[in-house]
Amino acid sequence: MLTRTLLLGAVSVLAMASFAHAETTLTIATVNNGDMVRMQKLTDDFAKKNPDIKLEWVTLEENVLRQRVTTDIATKGGQYDILTIGTYEVPIWAKQGWLLSLDGLGKEYDKSDLLPAISDAVSVDGKLYASPFYGESAMVMYRKDLAEKAGVKIPEKPTWDEIAEAAKKMTDKSSETYGICLRGKAGWGENMALITAMANTFGARWFDEKWHPQFDQPEWKKALTFYVDLMKEAGPPGASSNGFNENLALFQTGKCGIWIDATVAASFVTNPKDSKVADKVGYALFPTGAAGADNHGNWLWAWNLGIPASTKKAEAAQKFVSWATDQAYTELVASKEGWANVPPGTRKSLYANPEYDKAAPFAKITLDAMNAANTSKPTVKPVPYTGGQFVAIPEFQGIGTAVGQQFSAALAGSMKVDQALQGAQQLTTREMTKGGYIK
Amino acid sequence: MARAITTRKKVTFGIIGWGIGFLIFFPILWTFLTSFKTEGTAIATPPQFLFFDWTLENYHEVQSRSDYMKHVTNSVVISVGSTLIGLALAIPAAWAMAFSPTKRTKDVLMWMLSTKMMPPVGVLVPLYLIFRDWGLLDTRLGLVAILTMINLPIIVWMLYTYFKEIPGEILEAARMDGASLMKEIVYVLTPMAVPGIASTMLLNIILAWNEAFWTLNLSAANAAPLTAFIASYSSPEGLFWAKLSAASTMAIAPILIMGWFSQKQLVRGLTFGAVK
Repeated sequence: MLTRTLLLGAVSVLAMASFAHAETTLTIATVNNGDMVRMQKLTDDFAKKNPDIKLEWVTLEENVLRQRVTTDIATKGGQYDILTIGTYEVPIWAKQGWLLSLDGLGKEYDKSDLLPAISDAVSVDGKLYASPFYGESAMVMYRKDLAEKAGVKIPEKPTWDEIAEAAKKMTDKSSETYGICLRGKAGWGENMALITAMANTFGARWFDEKWHPQFDQPEWKKALTFYVDLMKEAGPPGASSNGFNENLALFQTGKCGIWIDATVAASFVTNPKDSKVADKVGYALFPTGAAGADNHGNWLWAWNLGIPASTKKAEAAQKFVSWATDQAYTELVASKEGWANVPPGTRKSLYANPEYDKAAPFAKITLDAMNAANTSKPTVKPVPYTGGQFVAIPEFQGIGTAVGQQFSAALAGSMKVDQALQGAQQLTTREMTKGGYIK
Repeated sequence: MARAITTRKKVTFGIIGWGIGFLIFFPILWTFLTSFKTEGTAIATPPQFLFFDWTLENYHEVQSRSDYMKHVTNSVVISVGSTLIGLALAIPAAWAMAFSPTKRTKDVLMWMLSTKMMPPVGVLVPLYLIFRDWGLLDTRLGLVAILTMINLPIIVWMLYTYFKEIPGEILEAARMDGASLMKEIVYVLTPMAVPGIASTMLLNIILAWNEAFWTLNLSAANAAPLTAFIASYSSPEGLFWAKLSAASTMAIAPILIMGWFSQKQLVRGLTFGAVK
């Protein structure tokens, strides 16, 4: 009797153990962007193909997520199996040994189909460390009707002077129509993304080859003066608190003539459900300046799925990453939600697809903008860093935001351009000395 | 004449009082109203106050995307649990300090409060490592423990001030009648201090409910309370105010209702001992 009980107990323990083994739960940390939300809704398809893998989502605000995930990965806490991270983190984290290499994702994944600029941005020493989910560059979006009314024509490859002239002519403050909307809210991923890309086209750089900050150089003064003057004359009131979302709202409600921002914005402004101007939007490449007609700011960003080295479920995690970022996923989204809603900017095959081209009038220009981006040579003079609209060093989050506050103050008028540049130079020098870059 | 001035004064103070009250309440009202707007009207300029197309779309969206009940349950367990454990630890401590103070009691109280002066992020990494090694990350138990410790100084301080107001002679009288220490605390002290304990409890539940730093940083999927629920509706690329407002309204509703029902206790407790 006793033996039987023991045997029964042993069998049931074994059964439970094998059951526990059969079900793997993946915890996925992500941000609340439209494409990610869509992915969450479509996971039934993944569950059908992988009945033994359960998914738990942790969605957080971008900055909270960055802090949360950094703490976990730096301490090897192992709370997450898949992370949503930007192109800024991938190279830094990969060098720290925090991410698993994704070179073994399998045949269906087809690494060679990734856009070269994006694939480079998430690779270190030729190895892929995160799988791009959606990518973006920056471009000009403008109101065709307002341009016509003002009698201006915006070429496909405009210069800053042409943009400024058009913006001024399109401005009609009595009807609350402002010629140009640009980011002004302080933050390394807010105003500094735009201003850094813009500065690249003016020939300005963050650091010289020996990591000395360059805000005391004439190129920066020209870039910042141009930005502040243009916004004062043709920008909306209170622009120093406008980020991506605020400008999106202004453009969608017909209050902006020109908006220069991330290419992903195109799918928002052409969506007739939310946008009043959906059928009136024209596109052009990011404006050029003194750095030459080929320098379009070199803005390049992608949200990627990475697997932390601390995960114990690497195999299941790779299955999910592969599912969410391969070509079949694109087709799945297209079949459920239409071609206009597929995550853009990661694969060549998407841009070769005539159906996508038909559904997304901004497809070609987005591809051109992404192909034009060169993050290893963002401007004319050589730089010691990579990154177009950011500098890929760990210190940049802090420095970028502090400099962003100076420039935002210059835009608000509470500080002169010279003062802001001087402040930026001082604080950047201090931080870089502290970080050991400058001896 | 004197009467007229009093009435006018009353009216003036009434208006000022209601005005300030409305001002403090306005952000909550605005959040509530925004939760019924579409994303487009939520950011419209000029802002639309009441005359817009009311919609329940945001609540529907939030319900379908998040497991609201899981977050509420976590919030309730964490806030009530940490408060009850905190009270169990703090009542004896406050009793000792209020009724048999020593030379160092004031210093001890000050030291307790001083633990609140350090910015929490300063101990994030060490605590994270301890939690990792003890397997407490993303568990309710871990969050209850941390919030108990975080709020303990406040609980002790509040109870101490309430206990101080109770005349020691009453306790002495109980002792004369042969009450043991345990009986003294349970039958004499506690009933007299109920309003104080109740308001301490309510205030701490609210504090624990709203605590966002530790609850966000030490939880992931399983133990995440309502703070994580709210944080999931802010978006870097895309409009989100209406949905965020709906999530916020849902997150504050339970605690607001609780506060409403217990406001008598709260006011009595907070003003307890003020009138002498």
